[in-house]
Amino acid sequence: MTLASKHLLGLEGVPESDISLILDTAVSFKEILSRPIPKVPTLRGLTIVNLFFEPSTRTRISFELAEKRLSADTVNFTTSGSSVKKGETLKDTVRNIEAMKIDMVVVRHAASGVPLFLTKCIDAVVINAGDGTHEHPTQALLDMLTLREKLGKLRGLKVAIVGDISHSRVAGSNIRGLLTMGAQVMVCGPKTLLPAGIEELGVKTSTRLDEAIEWADVLNVLRIQIERQESGLFPSIREYHAEYGVTRRRLQQANREIVIMHPGPINRGVEIESELADSEFSVILDQVTNGVAVRMAVLYLLSGSEGSVV
Amino acid sequence: MDKPIKAEKLLFTGGEILDLSAKKRERVNFTVVDGKIDKIGVEKHASFQGEVIDISGNLVVPGLMDMHVHLREPGREDEETVASGCAAAMAGGLTAVCAMPNTDPACDKQEVVRFLKKQAEAELVEVFPIAAVTKKRVGAEITEMAELIRAGAVAFSDDGSPVANSAVMRRALEYSGMYQVPIIDHCEDPYLFAGGQMNESVMSTRLGLTGIPNAAEEIMIARDIALLRLCGGHVHIAHISTAGGVELVRRAKAEGLPITCEVTPHHLAFTDEVLANFDTNLKMNPPLRTTHDVASLHDGLRDGTIDVIASDHAPHSVEEKDVEFMAAPFGIIGLETMLGVILSKLVEPGILALVEALAKMSLAPRSILRLPLPRIKEGELANLTIFAADKSWRVEADKIKSLSRNTPFAGWELPGKVFAVLNNHLYWQM
Repeated sequence: MTLASKHLLGLEGVPESDISLILDTAVSFKEILSRPIPKVPTLRGLTIVNLFFEPSTRTRISFELAEKRLSADTVNFTTSGSSVKKGETLKDTVRNIEAMKIDMVVVRHAASGVPLFLTKCIDAVVINAGDGTHEHPTQALLDMLTLREKLGKLRGLKVAIVGDISHSRVAGSNIRGLLTMGAQVMVCGPKTLLPAGIEELGVKTSTRLDEAIEWADVLNVLRIQIERQESGLFPSIREYHAEYGVTRRRLQQANREIVIMHPGPINRGVEIESELADSEFSVILDQVTNGVAVRMAVLYLLSGSEGSVV
Repeated sequence: MDKPIKAEKLLFTGGEILDLSAKKRERVNFTVVDGKIDKIGVEKHASFQGEVIDISGNLVVPGLMDMHVHLREPGREDEETVASGCAAAMAGGLTAVCAMPNTDPACDKQEVVRFLKKQAEAELVEVFPIAAVTKKRVGAEITEMAELIRAGAVAFSDDGSPVANSAVMRRALEYSGMYQVPIIDHCEDPYLFAGGQMNESVMSTRLGLTGIPNAAEEIMIARDIALLRLCGGHVHIAHISTAGGVELVRRAKAEGLPITCEVTPHHLAFTDEVLANFDTNLKMNPPLRTTHDVASLHDGLRDGTIDVIASDHAPHSVEEKDVEFMAAPFGIIGLETMLGVILSKLVEPGILALVEALAKMSLAPRSILRLPLPRIKEGELANLTIFAADKSWRVEADKIKSLSRNTPFAGWELPGKVFAVLNNHLYWQM
């Protein structure tokens, strides 16, 4: 069981069979996570470096846990800002780290395209943990795993992604993955946060949250960043909440069950009402749990390991 | 050959002289004596007391010129110098270049203009300095234009940046207009550009890179046109890249306004779709646009809206370009590949006739800059490019004469193998 590509740089071009394989494998790993001793020797002897050039809590911890559950040796490299500022290029940083004999690199960076750039610099397997406003493939995979679990299938599902689409790598990967899996996708947000030509990717667009709610089976609510307001992309947090904040009152209009997702961290009371985030509609904590399982699956499938899951 | 030699006594046989004005081709032998065209139409003679050079299969045309070149001297001599830039120009079949003023220090003083002239005085390639529009190129106060012109500046530009302040641009046009010297504007609205990395389109959305909309260019072109109506002068639009920009220039020309423009080979050879691999050698400003824009550039070239083809030769070190896409500077080198890319992308597909394409790289830039036109006539200075339009060559990174290697054309097979160039009483053969 292997994937078509040596690396996981994004979900662009990843075939349905590979996504299904990752999700199926993640289901097996999820079973392991519920055991009394949630650890298997699958990746024993493998060294994985988590290269985080951008602050991250949950994704880094999720990857690290996934690596430890698989018995890999892990090292964390965390720095904020570009290493260029320290006088060393990104290329030199990663080549130096690779010279310490490592097998896999998990990378997060503020610049789009960095994971692909790394594959040209080093031989190790590269896994994208979020690059700029490009892709965040493991997030989309865990979202899809959560949806498949909750609703039984992806094909035909209507998923509306709500919020700052322009700056969202989560949206970038979700759109690609969901479309490949046969789901329908709508992106919803103020015109100032919808990127150019997005409909050419095969998604519906809307600037009205009520329209998205009426259409969707699932709302994937994105975190809105305060900096976006400061750069003038919307007038105020208050108005954003009034226009695009997902609330129970709004959902009631749809008069049917809608699954609520959020990649975290949540701004309670901004893009999502606090009570709703904690309600029975929300699968936000399932997403987090599934994150570990999906990352275990990706690490395992890209490790070239011959052994079985357990 | 490494360096040019004196063009003392040369007999060229078997070549075809191509008259770009009369659009006539004639297979005829000619001699060059002491740097001048001596006799056109001579028999090959055993008694000829000089070197006989067989140029069968080659065309002889007025020396080609690139009016948009970054020579990087003074300041970044690791990336390019006047000498290396001239060597690259010769290899590209060029006998003249314009040097853009975004050097360090900027070319905003007579001393820098004179320095450049001096650096180039023994070169075969003529180097025409373009001076800055504003002091230190910061867009505030206009430079000492009259004195800069006297020192040898042929145009003014803050290239790399627009003259964003419309009042400053107005004064610059009024002032330079007194001397009939053009302002070359890098048209870009700085607010719409803000942090842009590539063309704004579905591609920038796919790649997660900040887009630069066509409107950033079009707004500045429209602004310049409005200023021309207000105060006259002459605007030359650098590296035009958008369909809307071409249409604006077309209408302004129809109105009789003194506006000209240029396009680069890379904006004709590529669209933004080639950026899928985040190749920093495809990162330029203005960015590569869409097939719709490229089609409009073709129309503009055909109907005369676009006057000039120029390379925007922008050398950058390997260290600067071999980084993550967002950290890489804009620009590629182009002196050595301009002729080949134009033949391959415009002439061979039948988009533009050979004579038209060549005129946009030789006569047109000189007309805009009011420089003397090279003429292939007895008694005239030999300012010539000799090349084989249908003979191909391969762009090899390690054979590039420029000190920089940032080209997306490495490995390409291009037509138009350059044989030799003559100018300034010198002769250089590939």
